[in-house]
Amino acid sequence: MSPVLRVDELSVQFRLGTETVHAVRDVSLRVDPGEILAVVGESGSGKTATALSVLQLNPVPPCVYAGGEIRLDDRDLLRLSEKDMRAVRGNDIAMIFQDPMTSLNPLKRVGAQVAEVLHRHQGVSRASARAAVPPALAEAGIANPELRAELYPHQLSGGLRQRVMIAMALIGRPRVLIADEPTTALDVTVQARILDLLVELAQRRDMAVMLITHDLGVVAEVADRVAVMYQGRVVEDGSVSEVFGAPADDYTARLLRATPRLERV
Amino acid sequence: MTMTLAPRAGGARTGMLRAVLRNRLAAGALLVLLLMVLAAVLAPLIAPHDPNAQDLLARLRPPAWHAEGDASYLLGTDQLGRDLLSRMIYGARVSLLVGAAAALLAGTLGAIIGLVSGFLGGWLDRVLMRLADVQLAFPSILLALAIVGFVGSGLWTVVLVLGFTGWVAYARVVRSEVLSLRSREFVTEARAIGVRDRTIMRRHLLPNVLAPLATIATLHVAAAIVAEASLSFLGLGVPTDIVTWGGMLSDGQLYLGTAWWIAVFPGLALMLTSLSINVTGDALRDVADPKAYRR
Amino acid sequence: MSLVELDNLRKEFGTGRQAVPMVAVDDVSLSVTEGETFALVGESGSGKTTLTRLLLWLLEPSSGTVRFDGQDLATLSAARMRAVRRQMQVVLQDPYSSMNPRMRVTDIVAEPLVTHEPGHRGRRARGKLRATVGELLDAVGLAPDVQDRYPHEFSGGQRQRISIARALALRPRLVVLDEPTSALDVSVQAQVLDLLADLQRRFGLTYVFVSHNLAVVQRIADRVGVLAGGQLVEVGQAAQVLRTPEHPYTRALVDAVPHPDPVYARRRKAAS
Repeated sequence: MSPVLRVDELSVQFRLGTETVHAVRDVSLRVDPGEILAVVGESGSGKTATALSVLQLNPVPPCVYAGGEIRLDDRDLLRLSEKDMRAVRGNDIAMIFQDPMTSLNPLKRVGAQVAEVLHRHQGVSRASARAAVPPALAEAGIANPELRAELYPHQLSGGLRQRVMIAMALIGRPRVLIADEPTTALDVTVQARILDLLVELAQRRDMAVMLITHDLGVVAEVADRVAVMYQGRVVEDGSVSEVFGAPADDYTARLLRATPRLERV
Repeated sequence: MTMTLAPRAGGARTGMLRAVLRNRLAAGALLVLLLMVLAAVLAPLIAPHDPNAQDLLARLRPPAWHAEGDASYLLGTDQLGRDLLSRMIYGARVSLLVGAAAALLAGTLGAIIGLVSGFLGGWLDRVLMRLADVQLAFPSILLALAIVGFVGSGLWTVVLVLGFTGWVAYARVVRSEVLSLRSREFVTEARAIGVRDRTIMRRHLLPNVLAPLATIATLHVAAAIVAEASLSFLGLGVPTDIVTWGGMLSDGQLYLGTAWWIAVFPGLALMLTSLSINVTGDALRDVADPKAYRR
Repeated sequence: MSLVELDNLRKEFGTGRQAVPMVAVDDVSLSVTEGETFALVGESGSGKTTLTRLLLWLLEPSSGTVRFDGQDLATLSAARMRAVRRQMQVVLQDPYSSMNPRMRVTDIVAEPLVTHEPGHRGRRARGKLRATVGELLDAVGLAPDVQDRYPHEFSGGQRQRISIARALALRPRLVVLDEPTSALDVSVQAQVLDLLADLQRRFGLTYVFVSHNLAVVQRIADRVGVLAGGQLVEVGQAAQVLRTPEHPYTRALVDAVPHPDPVYARRRKAAS
């Protein structure tokens, strides 16, 4: 199968005055349709900078895309104009973030916000966009979608808010979903259900998912393949069972050892 | 992973002064302020004329560089033939004093009320904030009359009036800052340690509200200098034989069409002073933030 | 011997004139034995933060009692309360907001000393103070020459060490650790947990450890109390509660924890 998204030898720098921070160094990744690729690392490893680079959401300046390619099918996203890039965001590639509260407008009903995305990105009429909201919320696992669409973000729990974000990201039927620490702010029981949802959606829609996380437990639960990042580089990648079973890289091994695990009978 | 720390050169105090001076604009502003204060202090020595000496033959003389100007009156004279330059130098004394003292009084009062109100909360907060509302709704002129009635008019009355009418802005800002600081973990930890409320306010809250306080104060100094003029205009301010910039401004209003210099020069002095105070205040606030050392 | 005893503790937050107050802590009784690590686990809104604030007497309960070393905290005079505060210290979660950004490390760590020991106040005591702070920093694995720096110059793990040094300054008997490692990277988290265990042995500390991370709790706790909706639904030995949970809520909590071993990867396997 050919990958839908490929990152080839990407280098990203942040230039602050005379200082240059090499946030991403020669990173190569690929994701196939229906596959979940986990990009794992600690803070400062470059995982979020890599994810934001795909959609070119890093602030420019100070960010400089110093080299490499990001290919969606055979288009190099780094060469697209800002106008073409806007068409890619939300339509071909969508993103969800750690804290849904900051991504949602607190003054608008969630249903209206989901409809807005469809209306803006796909040119769907306002009326039919509104009609598409309840099924979209339902697909993101929200019960009573008609009722919930009328609520404001603060009236929803953290888990429901993240489901709204997922509905919003998926309503444009993207082929790639980038999820940046989507469950870090959630309780474990809620996290488990959101992860289930991501796995189910990836399979049902044959959608490629790039999951950014610091939690090796989450990786083991949901990912097909994993890329471990450390100081801006991918130090190891492969199938989850290979990497976890026999880590080839010293840093991966240390990270695995440091991760506390709950021993069960 | 451990972070490596770069060694830091120099002590904190000298570092602060150096940081202010590195900013050229701030250094200039500081110089202007120093000159103003120096002129005010040394007024009797440097003023070319007695500020109240009238020369009715030399009324409304334009500045010296003007065709009809007179070299002995560098900035011209007013409607009574008094030397403007000398009046401005003497005026700096009262205006700077009134501005600084009023801002200090209002700032101290407002900071204490804001700290207590925001940190202790409860009925005390409600009472103090209602008091602030009343203060805003109450005409300042009435308050001024009341204070004049109690202590008589004069320079310090002006300071009292401006101080007591100005505290609300400080108190409101400090209170809202404190409300957000109060729930920060370092305040909770201090309470858990058993640190007294008074000490928490002084040690943990006050240093963290100084920046907004300084911002309001810089604006307030300039506002107080102008406000003194309107009080004086109503006869509630300083006696007319004491020269102030504000008083000169209101004198000059009548002659704006014919003798612009009477109002323009004190106006410029006022503007330059408040600009310099603002710029210096900004620079001080930046360097007082420990995070600013990074650069 | 139990150091802390909570009896039928209840805390309601009145929401103005509304008839139904919010019950944050609902009839909780538990005791913490001297020298042990007692973990409180629960999800957001379970009341664990409120419970620790009640235990530290930063909030007063609506009903019920808090006893420290046998003394009912509600009955203590201000002076006796200060004496109790010396013996219980707290380390909070967020190493970025738990320090006054305008204070240097010396003053942050020394604050409890300056507050409770007049001998450490003033200019003349400065040398002695710095020496004490140096020893405390050494105990938590930081070089004594960091004293003149400000909090923002440190990484999250280093800041948490500074918080711990401060909590130890008065040689307390009880330290309440409120999510002390949840803001840290895993490799740093492991180091801080090791440090805590080491300090407990050296100074004979009692810990109340609040966490939502069951794997961390299993590593450090002797006993566990599980909070849900303000109620204590299960208490027991950590090994027993986490391996064979009895209450359905505890079971759901344990089942939800992702396991960093693909062999257990239920979700992935179930899906494919």
